[in-house]
Amino acid sequence: MPSDFFIELRDVSFAYGERPVLQNINLRIPRGQLVAIMGGSGSGKTTLLRLISGQFRPQHGEVIVDGHDVAKMTNAQLFAHRRRMGMLFQFGALFTDLSVFDNVAFPIREHTRLPENLVRDLVIMKLNAVGLRGTQDLMPAQLSGGMARRVALARAIALDPALMLYDEPFTGLDPISLGVIALLIKKLNDALGTSAVMVTHDVHKSLDIVDHVYFVANGKIIADGTPDQVRAEPSPWVHQFVMGEADGPVHFAYPVESTLAHDLNIPQGGAHA
Amino acid sequence: MLEPLTAPLGKLGHLTLNAIARLGGISRFLLAIMLNSGQCLLRFSLVIREVYFAGVLSLIIIIVSGLFVGMVLGLQGYNTLERFGSADALGAMVALSLLRELGPVLAALLFASRSGSAMTAEIGLMKATEQLDAMSVMAVNPIARVVAPRFWAGIISMPILAALFNVMGIFGGYLVGVVMIGLDEGTYWSQMRNSVDLHSDVVNGLIKSLVFGIAVTLIAVYEGYEATPTAAGVSSATTQTVVTSALVILALDFILTAFMF
Repeated sequence: MPSDFFIELRDVSFAYGERPVLQNINLRIPRGQLVAIMGGSGSGKTTLLRLISGQFRPQHGEVIVDGHDVAKMTNAQLFAHRRRMGMLFQFGALFTDLSVFDNVAFPIREHTRLPENLVRDLVIMKLNAVGLRGTQDLMPAQLSGGMARRVALARAIALDPALMLYDEPFTGLDPISLGVIALLIKKLNDALGTSAVMVTHDVHKSLDIVDHVYFVANGKIIADGTPDQVRAEPSPWVHQFVMGEADGPVHFAYPVESTLAHDLNIPQGGAHA
Repeated sequence: MLEPLTAPLGKLGHLTLNAIARLGGISRFLLAIMLNSGQCLLRFSLVIREVYFAGVLSLIIIIVSGLFVGMVLGLQGYNTLERFGSADALGAMVALSLLRELGPVLAALLFASRSGSAMTAEIGLMKATEQLDAMSVMAVNPIARVVAPRFWAGIISMPILAALFNVMGIFGGYLVGVVMIGLDEGTYWSQMRNSVDLHSDVVNGLIKSLVFGIAVTLIAVYEGYEATPTAAGVSSATTQTVVTSALVILALDFILTAFMF
């Protein structure tokens, strides 16, 4: 019987060389839910996403996706896993040498043997779903940032994935485009019934659309809960993060040993002498 | 105390190890390309597209350079040969120097700087903008889809470009020798026909350009694929492609010439 959880990370640790990025992560994502992983820059949240997509393998622990351990897959199994997965990259990662049409058609043409008229219909439908029908002849360079992100979203859902991964989907967008992308992510997730993981540091927009939130800091999960729980969460770290305060448990200043006076070569106690 | 003595040795050792590691990396990359070439050879339109970018778009520079090199050969060759009273041999001289050396080598140098650098920059930028990652996440192997078609396109384009360079060079020599200076047209062509051997000159020259094509394209795709994914990284990878290709072309040319002629 399949587990209720589409993704389960059990005791996962990962390091780049000597530098530990994630330590003993335990995380469960139920089927059909949209879950956000939040944390500051460099907290290891993108690494978490790459462990789920199989781009990285953990040094320790299990990454179970739909009952299979991604960390133990052969290349062929990994590619089969990825065929059921869509990923939206931070800046879209559209193929700059292909038109919008060919970008969305790319996964369809690579993985199916559908006749070209069917490919065309599918592409138009996907573009319609993100509100960009009519742009199929444009090149990526002719699109605004928000439109490029939407085309990338259409490409990611081209094969109706069972799992969607979003890597910082709101970065660098104006408020309107950001709202559009958030709405699309929510609508597509509800319509396709996919399980989805979104890595982000945009607190307010994300809390409006996700079912559950995990907070990551210094390679560990420090809090989790539904958006309502998180808003009411008394933990000082989450409070600082959600409120966007400059100082708090996460310090404003970079930790240094020396004093400012020492770095400026001011003699100690000089002002009082 | 011994550091002034050991430091240069250490540096030499470091450089040698680096060079060996790079050679190992590039060999493994070649193996990966070979193992992943099936798809692009079956879907040959992928290769054709790259032949257009690497080969067809290089035509202008190859044609113009070939023509001028041939014209210079005609002028210099005539001046020198005339001193020994053998200006009649101009056709043979132009053809032999082009077919054996200048054609393959210069065409490969031009190819490295025009198409090789473009391949490195394109693949490097695809890496920097996460396009290769996106492809791999879509369960499409970037080596099979991006690298292998460019590699085979380079191998196909290079001998054809070199042959075209030779033809244009011979025509350039004809323009200067026969049209400008007024040598006998029949002598120009018949001297050429008598002294050029199909196997030892034409075929050996083509083999050279095939080897150069493999080397230049492999260096170009490797540098792009392994580039540090930043603006500075892609720029230095592009430079590296042109510099390494030039040195490798000249070194391989010496080795091949020693074996062939």
